Amino acid sequence: MRKRAWWILPMAGAAAIGVHRARSGPSGDDRAHDRWLTVTVNRPAEEVRPGGRLPTPLRAFDERIEVDVRPAPGDRGTELAVRLKQPPGGARTSLPGRLAGQDPRQDLRLALRETKALLEAGEVLHPDTPPTSRETPGGRLVGLLVRRSGGEGVL
Amino acid sequence: MKALCWEGVNKLSVENVPDPELHNDQDMIVRLIAGTTCGSDLHLIGGYIPAMRAGDIIGHEFLGEVVETGPGVRRHAVGDRVVVCSFVGCGRCWYCANDLWSLCDNTNTNPGIAQAMFGYETAGIFGYSHAMGGLRGSHAEYVRVPFADYGAFPVPEGIDDTSALFCSDSVPTGWMGADLAGVKPGDVVAVWGCGAVGQMAARAALLLGAERVISIDRIPERLAMTERYIGSETIDYTAVDVAAELRERTGGRGPDVCIEAVGMEAHSDGPAHLYDQAKQQLRLQTDRPTAVRQAIHACRKGGTVFILGVFAGAVDKFPLGAVINKGLTVRGAQMHGQRYIPMLLERMAAGQLKTAHLATHTVPLEQAPQAYDMFKHKTDGCVRAVIRPAP
Repeated sequence: MRKRAWWILPMAGAAAIGVHRARSGPSGDDRAHDRWLTVTVNRPAEEVRPGGRLPTPLRAFDERIEVDVRPAPGDRGTELAVRLKQPPGGARTSLPGRLAGQDPRQDLRLALRETKALLEAGEVLHPDTPPTSRETPGGRLVGLLVRRSGGEGVL
Repeated sequence: MKALCWEGVNKLSVENVPDPELHNDQDMIVRLIAGTTCGSDLHLIGGYIPAMRAGDIIGHEFLGEVVETGPGVRRHAVGDRVVVCSFVGCGRCWYCANDLWSLCDNTNTNPGIAQAMFGYETAGIFGYSHAMGGLRGSHAEYVRVPFADYGAFPVPEGIDDTSALFCSDSVPTGWMGADLAGVKPGDVVAVWGCGAVGQMAARAALLLGAERVISIDRIPERLAMTERYIGSETIDYTAVDVAAELRERTGGRGPDVCIEAVGMEAHSDGPAHLYDQAKQQLRLQTDRPTAVRQAIHACRKGGTVFILGVFAGAVDKFPLGAVINKGLTVRGAQMHGQRYIPMLLERMAAGQLKTAHLATHTVPLEQAPQAYDMFKHKTDGCVRAVIRPAP
């Protein structure tokens, strides 16, 4: 294999592993689509859910999600957990579905991350634009991973 | 503006790219005064760090002048000369609040990639792949600095540009290695690598009270530089058996603290090097941990090994048995620069830390590809090449 292209393989492997882990977790985890998505916010509980209201990025989900807020141990802030009341399934949660961005948990993960960033840092860090990169086969793969990255992962 | 772009494995070129823009209230734009090559860039250039796209700007260790600030920036003003930490920290997540800045929860804009690789994402870093946040690098005329109040530090007037530049990354990285390894008065410390980070780790160990510091490398001019400017003893690993030499110099105990400042492309002159290279080229391991293995074997019973070199993935033949049976503490980290930079600038102003000697070469941005080639092959005595967009 030409040297310049070799790294596409581990990248693709890491992507597949990452998406697979985020999708189903360890084999046999039949709660994969129903697990709480959780972050710990370094703010007191009354700031995480003031007056019982959801923070802005999560408000769009409103009646579609369950929310749990509780103090984190060891003065680590507040644990914020959310999950869809109707767990998704079928093709939308398959690997192709996730790569296409069709799994509703991806949007929920993104909203949860943005909520944490807004509460802690006051803003959601935006990537540099306009991009300086050009389209190449490997670059297109990285671009796909970047587009899905905010909605994937271990939350 | 002009910028140094990664164009593919072992391909760099200077390109015209759009100027950076403010995207967040807490951003500022810095006009580059100087940046420097870093050994960890070589891993990117060589294709060992995944998630690069052709056209990405590299570079993460830099100093510049503030030219524009967002409305949320409180601590900086246009015209300030600042050194900028290579890792970006939001300043308010639990990790930043606990001085673990390279673990910031809120500055990696592509968290899913790093979570797939490491379990959890790291902070974002300038110019170090989309896995590490996808931020533009600093080898350019201008760079956007997010969360500027937390990552940029005014440089005292008495410190020249070239000296202050290294406070962006290599000095705090080296200091962190000695600090978090727990170096204390009376310790004997061994440091693998006499590049900029290794030299700074050795200097930090001496300033933290180590009785003896022994630096290990194979490049004669780096060994000589370390003896002259850092004040540590040295070992040329191509000339002697390092483990035997360390035993002899430490009364048979071995060093109390071993700091590895080499990273994933370690070199050695033994058969293990050929083995590691073959496995790395066949992608059966991603990193060559030669110096880490040596440090673990050489360390005294109950001692500490700190891994400062950059590693990306999996290694083979990791001597876990030695770690367990000798009761070692093994620790590693990307650098928590914000924790150390103000103190380091004070020490620099007081003359306790000298870095200007690291800048063996200075080139304009247009010659940055050639500078990286020289840096990679360690030709012409190159330790660090300083890149100045406006010479």
